Amino acid sequence: MQGMTLIVKQVTKLVTGFIFLFAFYLILFGHLSPGGGFVGGVALACGFVLLVLSYGKEYVNTLIRDRTMVIWDCIGALAFLLIALLGYFGGVFFDNIWAHHGKDYTLLSGGTIPLANIAIGIKVGACLAGVFVALIVFHRDLDLAKGDE
Amino acid sequence: MFNYSFLPYVMALVIFAIGIYTVVCKKNIIKIIVGIVIIDYGVNLFLILIGYRTGGIAPIRTADMNPDKFINSSVDPVPQALIVTSIVIGVGLVALMSALAVRLHEKYGTFDTTKIRKLKG
Amino acid sequence: MTVYIMILAAFVIFASAVAVEAKKLLSTVISVGAAGMALSVIFLLLGAPDLAITQVVVEVLCLVWLIRATGEERDVTFETQRDRFILAIGLGGGGVFITLCYFAFQSLVDFGKPLMNLSNQYLQHGLEKTGAANYVMGVLLDFRAYDTLGEATVIFCSIIGAYAVIRKVGRIKNAGHDVNS
Repeated sequence: MQGMTLIVKQVTKLVTGFIFLFAFYLILFGHLSPGGGFVGGVALACGFVLLVLSYGKEYVNTLIRDRTMVIWDCIGALAFLLIALLGYFGGVFFDNIWAHHGKDYTLLSGGTIPLANIAIGIKVGACLAGVFVALIVFHRDLDLAKGDE
Repeated sequence: MFNYSFLPYVMALVIFAIGIYTVVCKKNIIKIIVGIVIIDYGVNLFLILIGYRTGGIAPIRTADMNPDKFINSSVDPVPQALIVTSIVIGVGLVALMSALAVRLHEKYGTFDTTKIRKLKG
Repeated sequence: MTVYIMILAAFVIFASAVAVEAKKLLSTVISVGAAGMALSVIFLLLGAPDLAITQVVVEVLCLVWLIRATGEERDVTFETQRDRFILAIGLGGGGVFITLCYFAFQSLVDFGKPLMNLSNQYLQHGLEKTGAANYVMGVLLDFRAYDTLGEATVIFCSIIGAYAVIRKVGRIKNAGHDVNS
């Protein structure tokens, strides 16, 4: 799969920064305005899909290996479990410690909620981008396997 | 005699019924996948319609809002939380089905289920 | 406001019917995309901005995957013979289902006046217990955090299944050639 024309590549360079910035805003401020970990993760995956589609398969093959997305996926899932176990310091399994440490309606007032949002965002984004990369970039034809026998 | 206030519920379930008709009666694998996606839409819409309050506001609270007015005029936040989960699980479902469809097409060369059904010894 | 919701729901029904009966596969996929976008506007009118953003972004990803899955058969028109028996069963079953639903809905709450037995507790004490101003996220990640853990597990398993299906060669071929001796 080749990349697209020069116009698409130039526009992608300008636009991708804003897409990732919007995804990070949705993840971090999920407890104060509409958004959250799930939406931010899917938007991250969409930005990555745009990069892969406009620069082509061969270029992406040189940058990431087979296992990059799977490793990030596992890191996100383990981070979410660790935040859940942190609640034992407050007495219950998923307790929201550090709630109300800052003033209300600011970033620090949510306690473990922004941290859990970040973990879920990383997990869902790596998940969906990994499946896209496996379907399009790393998928090889079966004809090569038949030729070996 | 009939009150027509539950007409939106019936429309959500008509979407569900179209999805079920597609899964049962169609022979192309891509159409079966599209049928499962339509079933997903119908169920999510139905569950959100149950929690709606007429003239309500979204359950997001700002600093300059009267607390009693907020409690009396906001829509139900619990179904919305569960349907966010359900939509993202639907994405995983479409990913798995597309992977299966790609492999089936490579092995058999067609999307027609009547031709794929013949088991080869 | 209810009138707008019903007009958009009628559009979703029409787009789904077009998607089901189209002759080319690319038309099917695009019609499902249009139905999803209309559904996102319905979510916005129902007071759920989180869901509207989620539906739009998810719809774009689903379109990419489905267009990849159709592959080279995008423009092929196919004519299959309709099996009358299964068609009659499908349409008859759908009609019976909708009729029974119509009678079952007489005992549901009216549209627009929800019960909210549980949500009153969450709405009254939500801000002081969780510290989140967005009550949907407060319910998802503090009051109902177990469900979020279960959902993360379900996505993980389905993605591992997708990886296992797309693998290039299986284990038997890797192990050696003495299986088909």
